[in-house]
Amino acid sequence: MRGEWHTRDVRGLLDALARGEVTPAGLVEHFLERIAEHDPALNCFVTRTADEARTRASRPLAGALAGIPLAHKDIFCTAGVRTTCASRMLSDFVPPYDATVVRRLDEAGAIVLGKTNMDEFAMGSSNETSVFGPVRNPWDLERVPGGSSGGSAAAVAAGLVPAASGTDTGGSVRQPAAFCGLSGLKPTYGRLSRYGMIAFASSLDQAGFLARTAEDLARLLVVTAGADARDATSSPEAVVDYPAALEAPIRGRTIGVVKEFRDAGLDPRVARLVDEALAVLERSGARLVDVSLPRLGLAVPIYYILAPAECSANLARYDGVRYGHRARDVASLEELYARSRGEGFGPEVKRRIMIGTYVLSHGYYDAYYLKAERARALLQKDFLRVLAEVDLLAGPTTPTVAFRIGEKNDDPLTMYLNDIYTNAVNLAGLPALSIPMGFVDGLPAGLQLIGAPFAEAPLLSVAHRYQQATEWHRARPPRFA
Amino acid sequence: MWDTVIGLEVHVQLLTESKLFSSTSTRFGAPPNTQAGLVDLGFPGTLPVPNRAAVRMAVAFGLAVGGRIAERSRFARKSYFYPDLPKGYQISQYDEPIVVGGSIAIGVGERVKTIPLVRAHLEEDAGKSLHDLYPGRTALDLNRAGIPLLEIVSSPSLASPEEAVAYLKELHTLVCYLGICDGNMQEGSLRCDANVSLRPSPEAPLGTRTEIKNLNSFRFLEQALTYEIRRQAEVLEAGGTVAQETRLYDPDRRETRPMRSKEEAEDYRYFPDPDLLPLVVDETLRAEAQTMLPELPRARAERFVRVYGLEPYAAGVLTSSRPLADYYEAVASAVSGKGKDSARTAAHWVMGDLLGALNRQGIGIEACPLAPARLAALVLRVEDGTLSGPKAKEVFEALWAGAEDVDTLIERLGARQINDREALLELVDRILEAHPRQRQDYLAGKDKLLGFFVGQAVKASGGRANPQELGALFRERLGR
Repeated sequence: MRGEWHTRDVRGLLDALARGEVTPAGLVEHFLERIAEHDPALNCFVTRTADEARTRASRPLAGALAGIPLAHKDIFCTAGVRTTCASRMLSDFVPPYDATVVRRLDEAGAIVLGKTNMDEFAMGSSNETSVFGPVRNPWDLERVPGGSSGGSAAAVAAGLVPAASGTDTGGSVRQPAAFCGLSGLKPTYGRLSRYGMIAFASSLDQAGFLARTAEDLARLLVVTAGADARDATSSPEAVVDYPAALEAPIRGRTIGVVKEFRDAGLDPRVARLVDEALAVLERSGARLVDVSLPRLGLAVPIYYILAPAECSANLARYDGVRYGHRARDVASLEELYARSRGEGFGPEVKRRIMIGTYVLSHGYYDAYYLKAERARALLQKDFLRVLAEVDLLAGPTTPTVAFRIGEKNDDPLTMYLNDIYTNAVNLAGLPALSIPMGFVDGLPAGLQLIGAPFAEAPLLSVAHRYQQATEWHRARPPRFA
Repeated sequence: MWDTVIGLEVHVQLLTESKLFSSTSTRFGAPPNTQAGLVDLGFPGTLPVPNRAAVRMAVAFGLAVGGRIAERSRFARKSYFYPDLPKGYQISQYDEPIVVGGSIAIGVGERVKTIPLVRAHLEEDAGKSLHDLYPGRTALDLNRAGIPLLEIVSSPSLASPEEAVAYLKELHTLVCYLGICDGNMQEGSLRCDANVSLRPSPEAPLGTRTEIKNLNSFRFLEQALTYEIRRQAEVLEAGGTVAQETRLYDPDRRETRPMRSKEEAEDYRYFPDPDLLPLVVDETLRAEAQTMLPELPRARAERFVRVYGLEPYAAGVLTSSRPLADYYEAVASAVSGKGKDSARTAAHWVMGDLLGALNRQGIGIEACPLAPARLAALVLRVEDGTLSGPKAKEVFEALWAGAEDVDTLIERLGARQINDREALLELVDRILEAHPRQRQDYLAGKDKLLGFFVGQAVKASGGRANPQELGALFRERLGR
């Protein structure tokens, strides 16, 4: 009998497991079948861990997520399981350690079915920079699922796993969530440990999750959040019982509607969906307030100076000496470096390393890096000033719905502008999520909610209330029903 | 004649149990690459976490030199590619170091010169490239990668190789005193780069400098600087200009050679390390560092002069290392007040016979087999006249070699000095009787024969007769 388990959310599966309607092994088999059947069309998985998953499901599991199948973005190190970052550079890299997020989910009883495709080293917004080829959007196979956590998003949207991890440096969880009709959370910088999460831009990188509902996100967050002695930037801020806080009333919450989110680049059809979503929130009891972030327009330029700067240093370790791709038959040390890196990295990664090297160079540092750091501090101040007056900010996650594969490949700048509403949030280190708010031409669009530092609980609660009032998050791509 | 300007950058390996940003052990001499953990190897996804002990040591140094401790400093990435640098960048401190300013006093002849410091900052060491282990290949030992270093930068205030050596020695003593470095220069625990330039007069602007890398002994520092000063002087006197470059000292040829010029100088692309929060030194950390501070060498030497009545020279020698000063102080405090010169006598024994014996055996004061209390007992027996000089030396040798206590040894060796007037008089008479001719000569005015008589008497007593007393008794008997 073919189950319908892939139509359930994590909460629904936990209930079924608790009632004995299904076993962890049953869930593992069901989702492995789904993967075998549908992944060839989608290209979500880089590595499948079917044997490990079956073994794990056969043993007693305990924890808040006991028996729940998951997938990890292939940027999280998994002990004994190849971790590639979708790069030729790491195509054979098998880490001997688990990322803290991976370990905590293991401790919560989750079962990992595999590692998901992504933009190479998380650099991209379309999942087209992967060495394993593009991931396809389950809502339209000719379109991108977003990126860089595109494999995780497509896998959850297509019902290949009920939830997956992702990382968000400039929108890499929220944008694919929006494009694939999912709920996606990027917590406050420092809320989750970055240990074992392969670095792109250290001051912006944050682990997050993709799932169907805000409630599921709360369940994933509560078992992974919290300080980690292995990450000096992880926060000692106390972890809230996020699932318990979901039912908090929305009445009395003030939501700031950011004027600058309605810029020229915003598709009017997406703008209309934002208005409808805001109306729903207002009807649910929230108070809407117009707010302004005058320096928001600086976010993309700041981001594309700072993120490449950090990445240029973070990726210096891939030199062919200790691990990763190593060029053959080299005659000198220079050649070892040049060819190992030249062969190991794809064009987008190289572009960002070059930009980053440039902005940190002697004579350019002050004009670029330093100025961008100062502008970042001002932008952060703007956000905190506004968030002192309202509880949350709301707006679109992306200016448009999912674009066609190949559509923006020739023009990195328009590709970068796709993250215009999400970049700023990483620069300010704030928590944010994207939830489904409707469709444009049959393609999902996302509502972005942004909170004050460590205000994940109200953020998730408002999203949960919205999902109690709407059905958008229940929509499923017909081809993968 | 040229005015010489020298500044030193000294890398002090901090004596921590674990590395600057990981929990890997720092023990020296382990087999290659056995003390290189995931963080040290720069594995993807691993992150640095600062070692509080290293920070505390840096703060203690800053307090000891009177520098300003930055409440908030930053680690920065210094980027360059080299196989022994696992991450492709070194975590160091750049424009926000943990210690700013401070100074070190050095002795220049009779006077004291104060050398201002520019800064001291924390950084991780790189691994080691071994180029001659396998022909045509470079081997890497990454045990050293991530070891904490404190880089101490002096101002360009040293005027000669002698001053540079004096400064380095003072710094060496200080970091060993503080217990933040083992001071082992052969093992690279303290390494020095020297910047040197010449100018026609002290009023002239600074000349172009060269930097000599990796000078790992006082002797090499002196030789390298002497060579480099002469070389620059020759260049300038021939009407040439000194090229700004990095040079290496070759101890075999006793010359410096260019390593890389400024044109080839790397652009390190420093920027704040986003994996690390600003380094905050709060009151707790400062207080912890404060409790690490011992009495510093100069202050201790002054106290030795004041309290124990030592000559400044002796005080300087005895405070040149903390274990030596501790040893002396243990002896001195045990004998202090028991005899008018006891502390000075103690200094005499520690600096003389004790250091001599240690030297002979090639061991340091830390490993001294003779406990301070036993040496103190010997000093007391010298002070109270029980032992004469020669007998005391005999007892010292036995004391050094065995486990018996001083008084037992004195009895066993029959070393007790004869101070008894009757016994001594008897001896005096016997000697005078045996040497009638010398007696005549002495009485005729040959004064120095007194020494001969005393010598004979001491000899006859088996070295036990008190020579001072004997001298007095001979004069008494001979009536002059």
